[in-house]
Amino acid sequence: MPELSHDFEHAAVKALGNQQLRTNFRRVMTGLINKRAAQFPDYDELQALRARGAAIKDRALAKLPDLLVQLEQNLIANGFHVHWAETVEEGNRIILDILKKANARSVIKGKSMVSEEMHFNHFLEENGIKALESDLGEYIIQLAGEGPSHIVMPAIHKNKDEIGRLFEEKIEGQKYTEDPDELTAAARRVLRQLFANADCGFSGVNFAAADTGSLVLISNEGNGRMSTHLPSMHIALMGVEKVIERLEDVGPLISLACRSATGQPITTYVNVISGPRKGDEKDGPKEVHLVLLDNGRTKIYRDPELRQGLRCIRCAACMNHCPVYTRIGGHAYQYTYPGPIGEILNPQMQGIEKAGDVLHASSLCGRCSEVCPVKIPLAELIVRLRREAIRPTGDTVKGGGSRKSQVENVIWFGWKSMYASPTLYRWGTWWLRKIGNLLPEGIPLLKQWTSVRSKPQFASRSIYDLARERGIRDE
Amino acid sequence: MSNSPLPGRPQTVYYFPTCLVDLFYPEAGMAGIELLQRAGTKVVMPGRQSCCGQPARNCGYYEEARAVARTQLAAFPNDWPIVVPSGSCAGMMKKHYPELFAGMPELPKIQAFCDRVFELTWFLVHVMDIKLVDKGEPVKVTWHGSCHSMREMGVVEEPKQLLRSLSNVTLVEADYEKECCGFGGTFSVRLPEISGAMVTDKVNNIVATGATEVVSGDMGCMMNISGAMKKKRAPVKGRHIAEFLLERIGKGDA
Repeated sequence: MPELSHDFEHAAVKALGNQQLRTNFRRVMTGLINKRAAQFPDYDELQALRARGAAIKDRALAKLPDLLVQLEQNLIANGFHVHWAETVEEGNRIILDILKKANARSVIKGKSMVSEEMHFNHFLEENGIKALESDLGEYIIQLAGEGPSHIVMPAIHKNKDEIGRLFEEKIEGQKYTEDPDELTAAARRVLRQLFANADCGFSGVNFAAADTGSLVLISNEGNGRMSTHLPSMHIALMGVEKVIERLEDVGPLISLACRSATGQPITTYVNVISGPRKGDEKDGPKEVHLVLLDNGRTKIYRDPELRQGLRCIRCAACMNHCPVYTRIGGHAYQYTYPGPIGEILNPQMQGIEKAGDVLHASSLCGRCSEVCPVKIPLAELIVRLRREAIRPTGDTVKGGGSRKSQVENVIWFGWKSMYASPTLYRWGTWWLRKIGNLLPEGIPLLKQWTSVRSKPQFASRSIYDLARERGIRDE
Repeated sequence: MSNSPLPGRPQTVYYFPTCLVDLFYPEAGMAGIELLQRAGTKVVMPGRQSCCGQPARNCGYYEEARAVARTQLAAFPNDWPIVVPSGSCAGMMKKHYPELFAGMPELPKIQAFCDRVFELTWFLVHVMDIKLVDKGEPVKVTWHGSCHSMREMGVVEEPKQLLRSLSNVTLVEADYEKECCGFGGTFSVRLPEISGAMVTDKVNNIVATGATEVVSGDMGCMMNISGAMKKKRAPVKGRHIAEFLLERIGKGDA
C-alpha cells in the first residue's frame, strides 16, 4: 500500500473535488441503502433482530477470555494449529514463519480486513513471497496498488472503464473492455491458475464458534471456498473479538450481516471450516492454522463503553448510510477502516495522536447508530473518544489527551462562563445583538460558514424581551 | 419518546426557546408559544435559562456542558412539562443529560428533569391534540426533519401530520429527506468543505421538489439550509414549522 499523508481533512477535500468519485459512491450507497431497507420491511422485527444480534455478541464478549481458551482447545482437538499475536508485527512474523517452514512461495488470499490492518501483502512481498488477492474487488485494488475504500466492496470507487484500463495494462494479453462479465472472466482466468498452484491459501474469519472449534466464512464469489480448500495449507486470520459462544449463534448473525451489508438474505457461500483434511477425505488442506490478532482489541475490551465497538460484524451498514463517507469515500479516512466504525477503531488502534483527526468527521447525525445491526452506539462512542482526545480517563485509549488545546480550553471556559450564568447570558447576548451583524465575513468561523452560506443575522430583540411585552410569564 | 409518561393535557407548560432562537429567530420561538396557547395551555418561559449545553458535550467538554446543564435545571423548578421548539436541543436534554451525570448523586434529579422534556410538534400532536384550520392560500412545501429530532426524540411523522392536516398545503418529499443537512454544530466550521457539500446537496434536492417553502422543526438545520439557499439565491423560503403553522391558521386569531 502506498505511503499515506495521514491528513484526513486534506484527503477529504481532495476527494470532494473528484466528481466521478462522488457520483460513484452516491449511486452505490443509495442502492445499498435501498436494498437493506427492502430486507427489513418490519420495523419491530428489525429492532428485535438487532437486539438479538447485540445480545449474542455481548454474551460472547462477556465471556471472551474463557471463550478464547475454549476455542483454542476445540480447534486443536479438530487438528488446527493455533497462534496468538499481540501486535501486527508479531502476526506478520508468525505467518511468515509458517510459510517459510512449509517452503511456500505463493499465497492465494480470500478477503480479510485484519490482513489490511497488518499491511500483510506488503510485508510478504518484502520477504519474497507473493500474495495474490482472490476476491475480485481486492484483486482489482491490488493491481492498482491501492487499499480498500469500503470494507465489503473494496474497489467500489472504481468504474468499469477504470478497471478495463487497469486490466489491459496489468494482465498479459488482456484487451480493453468495459463489459463486467468479460472483466470478471479475465480475473477468473488469472485466479484459477493460482488457486490450483498456490502453496498456501489464506483467509479471514467472520465468526469463530468456541463450542465446536470451527471457523465460519461468508462470501459471494466462491473465492473464499477456493482459497481455503484447494491449496494444501490454509492460514486463517482473525481479530480476537470474532469468537462467539456457539455455532448456533451464527445463524442470526449471518442473517443480520448479509441483510445489512448488501441486502441479501444470505451470501452465496457459507463455509464452516472444522479442521484439515481427515485421513479418508479426498480434498481440503492438509494443514490449517488460525492466527488470532489482538492489535489493541484487549485495550478496547477493558472499557465497558468502548467495548461495544467490538460487537462489530463488519457489515459496513454504518458507512453505507454515512453522509460523510458517501461524499468522500473510504480512502480519505487514511487507515484500515473507513466510515463511522473506522472513526472508532482507527484512533484506538493507531492512537489518537496519529489517527484522531477522523473523530471530527461526523455531524453526529446518528444514522450509523440507527442502522447498526448489533446496536453499536457509534455516534456516542465518537463523542466518548473526542473526550478521551482532550481529557483522558486514565490510560484507557492510546494517545488519550494528545489533542488537548489551550486555545480550545479558553474558548470553552468562556462559553461555560456565559451560558452557566443567566446574568452573563443576558449581557453577552445583548452585546452579540449589538455588534454581531457588524462582524466581517472574513473572521475565523464566519469565514468557513460563509463559504457556501450567507451570514446569519442576529435579531434586534431577545425572545425574552418580546415575550415580556406580549405578557408571557417568566417564572 | 415512548419512555416518558404522557403528562395529560397540562394547564401550564414551560418553554425552552433555545439560545439559537433567542439570538437569531425569536419570532419562530414566539410562534411556538402562541401555538401552545392556542391549543389551550398557559406558557411560562423562565428568564434564567440559556442553552442546553450541546455544543460543549458534542466536542467532548463534559464539565462545561454539565455546568450549563445545571443552570437549566435550576431554571425550571416546577414539575410542568418543558416544551422545546427543537428536536436537537430537546434530544440533548432528554438523552444526553443522563449520560453527562452518569454515576453522580444528582442523577435522579436530572432524570426527573429529562422525563419532562418534549419536542414541540410531538407535544402539540400527542398531548395537546391540536386541531389546525388552514386559512392560507394554496402552497407547496417540503419538510426537513432534523437528525436528532428523528433519531433521539423519535419525532418523524408528527410534524408532517400537522402539515398534512392543512387543507391548502401540499407536502412534497425531497430526495434524501432524512439525510443530515451538514450542520452538526461545530462540524460545519471544523470541516467546512464536507459540511458545505452536504448542505449544497440538501438545497439542490429541496429546490428540485418545486416547493416554494421548506419547513423544519430545528433552527440549527434551518440556519444552515436557509443560509445556503440565500447564498445561491434559490427561490425557496426556509422557516420553522411553528411560524409556518401559525401563519396558516392566522396569527393572532383566536
